[in-house]
Amino acid sequence: MRFMVMVKADANSEAGVLPTEDELVAMGRYNEELVKAGVLLAGEGLHPSSRGARVTFAGGQPTVIDGPFTEAKELVAGFWLIDVKSKAEAVEWVKRVPCTDGVEASIEIRQVFEADDFGDAFTDELREREEQLRLTTKKDA
Amino acid sequence: MPTLETHRAIDAVWRIESARLIAGLTRMVHDIGLAEELAQDALVAALEQWPESGVPDNPGAWLMAIAKRRAIDQFRRRETLDRKVTEIGRDLETQEGPSAEPDFDAIDSSISDDLLRLVFISCHPVLSTEARVALTLRLLGGLTTEEIARAFLVPEPTIAQRIVRAKKTLTQKKIPFEVPSAGELGERLTSVLEVVYLVFNEGYSATGGEDWMRPALCEDAMRLGRILAELVPTEPEAHGLIALMEIQASRARARTGPGGEPVLLFDQDRARWDQLLIRRGLAALRRAAKLGKPMGPYVLQASIAACHAIARTPEETDWPRIAALYARLVQLVPSPVIELNRAVALSMAFGPQTGLEIVDGLTGEPSLKNYHLLPSVRGDLLAKLGRDEEARTEFERAAALTRNERERTLLLARAAKL
Repeated sequence: MRFMVMVKADANSEAGVLPTEDELVAMGRYNEELVKAGVLLAGEGLHPSSRGARVTFAGGQPTVIDGPFTEAKELVAGFWLIDVKSKAEAVEWVKRVPCTDGVEASIEIRQVFEADDFGDAFTDELREREEQLRLTTKKDA
Repeated sequence: MPTLETHRAIDAVWRIESARLIAGLTRMVHDIGLAEELAQDALVAALEQWPESGVPDNPGAWLMAIAKRRAIDQFRRRETLDRKVTEIGRDLETQEGPSAEPDFDAIDSSISDDLLRLVFISCHPVLSTEARVALTLRLLGGLTTEEIARAFLVPEPTIAQRIVRAKKTLTQKKIPFEVPSAGELGERLTSVLEVVYLVFNEGYSATGGEDWMRPALCEDAMRLGRILAELVPTEPEAHGLIALMEIQASRARARTGPGGEPVLLFDQDRARWDQLLIRRGLAALRRAAKLGKPMGPYVLQASIAACHAIARTPEETDWPRIAALYARLVQLVPSPVIELNRAVALSMAFGPQTGLEIVDGLTGEPSLKNYHLLPSVRGDLLAKLGRDEEARTEFERAAALTRNERERTLLLARAAKL
């Protein structure tokens, strides 16, 4: 099963402070561990929110707001996508993320939906309907 | 931490650490069965102690320290205080002296070496294919006997027996824990790749049971394949195999219809293909190509799969390239089934007559005598050429040969339409 592991932003990442060489080396080594263990599918670091934007919808109308955004802890600064056997395994990997002494960090682990996760509510009829919809959309496109 | 949660954490640690643990221990005690026992002992110690003490900061090192201590105890009890004990004792002192700064790179490279040795011994040719599969999943995949049994729909004692016997064989035949010499490496690697691909295929088109796919098994195989590609990064076939698995797995969501029935490649909704896996597969192929060595069977198969993966519609498929890749593949792996595939690719690239000439050459092939796809392909080509009468006979023959009910219905319908 796949998990999205999200590193939350903090004042430093939002200010665009780059990691130190030691931090980069430690992170590189950690990423290498993930690759060698065959669990890393993808991973990226993100620029501060000042270089991003947010689109909100109200009454079907989009509104664009340019960054930066104030609530750093709610923002994502980087992510890994990993393929592991269980949530516990994902947790175990995340516990090994290198973290400099005295730095507070928060990492969120979220499971990625897979077709079967929709469970019984996603009946064959619904599936078929979805297929139909897809076909129609394709014809229109 | 509540006990249940700790147990889950211990399972997870085991999944991550067990292969390295067993590999390192096998190097020390020269016996894969004993190494696994020691690792299991350490796991039991963790189950006893961690619920109270919490999971240690470096659980892998903790388990290794316990296992080594047990190893020494065992040897002492057997009163064979020989060279091995001194060796292990020295190892223990040098690696765990509190003041010694661990040399991560040195440890790391030896872990990789040990893991690679474990890969080769688990897939050793003295073992039957079944035994290789079970041992590999158990020792390298970190699966329990129960999990392997469930995956292969075999009773648990059967798998347990298989593993016990395999370990015994390795000990009795004194199979060394080593990476094969350069001369042997190619052949031995082929055996390893075969085991991994076999696990993948069992998951991808299950031969038994009700489901025709078992995704967990595919994931296990892909994880092994990725580990392997990092262990032997200069071997193009290791990258070829992982590329092939990633690209095939990218279609998993699209190859089952609403009723659970198989959907064939050309009928699949390509929007449902997993682009992340396709990208990873193409990247693995590029890694293989960069090595500048001749294309092996896995690289060729992955390249064919890649041709489909990058075509946005069936019509965009690069058939001349696929036909050329099949031609190279059939030279390396002479097989009438591959030849039949080449015929289909040629007919798509250059018209039905070109394909039919090859197919006609295959009709006398004894190994294809009961292979329903031969008359099915031949029927299709004949129909395209307007030779309806002959096509109908071929479709009917194919319908009589297939074991799949849905396919039979389809073939008879095609025959009736002519």
